[in-house]
Amino acid sequence: MDTDFHDITLSVNGKQYQRRVESRVLLSDFIRHDLVLAGTHVGCEHGVCGACTVLLDGEPVRSCLMLAVQARNHEISTIEGLTNKDGEYHPLQQAMHDHHGLQCGYCTPGILMTMTAFLDENPSPGEDEVREALSGNLCRCTGYQNIVDAVLAAAERMRSG
Amino acid sequence: MLLSDFQIAKKRFDFLTWGGGRLILRERRLAHGAELRFDCLHASAMKPAAFKYKAATCLEHALSLKAEHGDDAKYLAGGQSLIPTMNFRLARPAVLIDINEIRDLAGIRPSATTTRVGPLTRYRALQRDAAFARLFPLIGEALPHIAHPQIRNRGTIGGNLSHADPASELPAIALALGARFHVRTATQQRWIAASDFFVSALTTDLKPDEMLVEIELPSPKPRTGCCFMEIARRRGDFAIVGVAAMMTLGEQDECADVRLSFCGLGETPVDASSAADVVVGSVPSEYAIRDVAAIVQTMIAPNGSVHATADYQRHIAGVLTERALQTAYARGRDGH
Repeated sequence: MDTDFHDITLSVNGKQYQRRVESRVLLSDFIRHDLVLAGTHVGCEHGVCGACTVLLDGEPVRSCLMLAVQARNHEISTIEGLTNKDGEYHPLQQAMHDHHGLQCGYCTPGILMTMTAFLDENPSPGEDEVREALSGNLCRCTGYQNIVDAVLAAAERMRSG
Repeated sequence: MLLSDFQIAKKRFDFLTWGGGRLILRERRLAHGAELRFDCLHASAMKPAAFKYKAATCLEHALSLKAEHGDDAKYLAGGQSLIPTMNFRLARPAVLIDINEIRDLAGIRPSATTTRVGPLTRYRALQRDAAFARLFPLIGEALPHIAHPQIRNRGTIGGNLSHADPASELPAIALALGARFHVRTATQQRWIAASDFFVSALTTDLKPDEMLVEIELPSPKPRTGCCFMEIARRRGDFAIVGVAAMMTLGEQDECADVRLSFCGLGETPVDASSAADVVVGSVPSEYAIRDVAAIVQTMIAPNGSVHATADYQRHIAGVLTERALQTAYARGRDGH
């Protein structure tokens, strides 16, 4: 089959990109290889592990289960856009650091993208809600306890402004 | 996965469940002819085979593209089952017709007696619609069991039903609710009852040029209690068994009508409502409900899997039947 290319424009972390992509390129690979934003990690590549989670128009999605061409004219947010302009950590990033919420760090970008969107929608979550929201992200190092602690601490800090 | 593991698994099981994920692959649908290629041996080949991507701009456009390409083309809705299958190269459609930009296909349209749901409506949109969850508590209760938040942000009701995974929750719920499906080709249309829609594993009554364009859900009658329950190894995994129960009560709290269906038991969702006939006409006692569970256990023919033997599934189906019918009855009686 002839290769099938598409010209797409999309916004990633507020920056506009124009690229030519083959239709079968996954959004995860596009972000990592074409845009060289390697903070988005790729684990299972079939939607189980959550490492590749990015925000599509503000909603967490698996970037390995989307084609890059489908992101045309949409807004993507990745881990690279999470710190503020001064390079200061997002409260959840800081809390993950403070609470030892990561060890190898491979799952961390996916967890941060999932849980920052979750906290935007649920500023005062209970522990059960945090665990439910985390259920789509596998972490093989921490046992999750410290991640849950970090999310609850970040929620409290974000509430108190 | 190593080739040897894959071959062993392929010989031993009718179904393959991948990675504890949300994907069941049926053996006879894996191969195109005898030459099944094991591209997944190479890391770089975990990605889809080449295809033509067509973004449909409206329903008519999508239907005409499907008419043109037929079985070579697949509709791409949420992609949460299709894309992983393509990543493994177990599905290799020549053409993908992306319907995600057809906004008219998403949405919930309630009326007096029925609610019509667009096929592109995402699980998350159903979850966020409090009125919908109140009207169809069966669906509201099942949604948190469907995969994970990230999957629910993309996955669609129409994609789920058209995929027809027998372990999936919504097909069983569609049976319990007595849903009807509006399907269209470029030139024709028809309605299919849920009871006629699910033909076998991953196979529906849809013809190659047809598309599910609307789901019609009849509103439950007053004094109807609903309950959805499932047992899965982990939250978000496919259910070992799941049950959907609906019981409508009369003025004396007697059972006037009851619906009972299951997911995870065999080739299609299973309608076991007839097993519950014994409770119709009286206030369902604990013993009568136990009888229903026993009848269910003789009716079903679970396949068993690497995670649960057929006997275990049968046992769970009985336990869930009792719990779900008791809960549905109590909810109908207490009015929630």
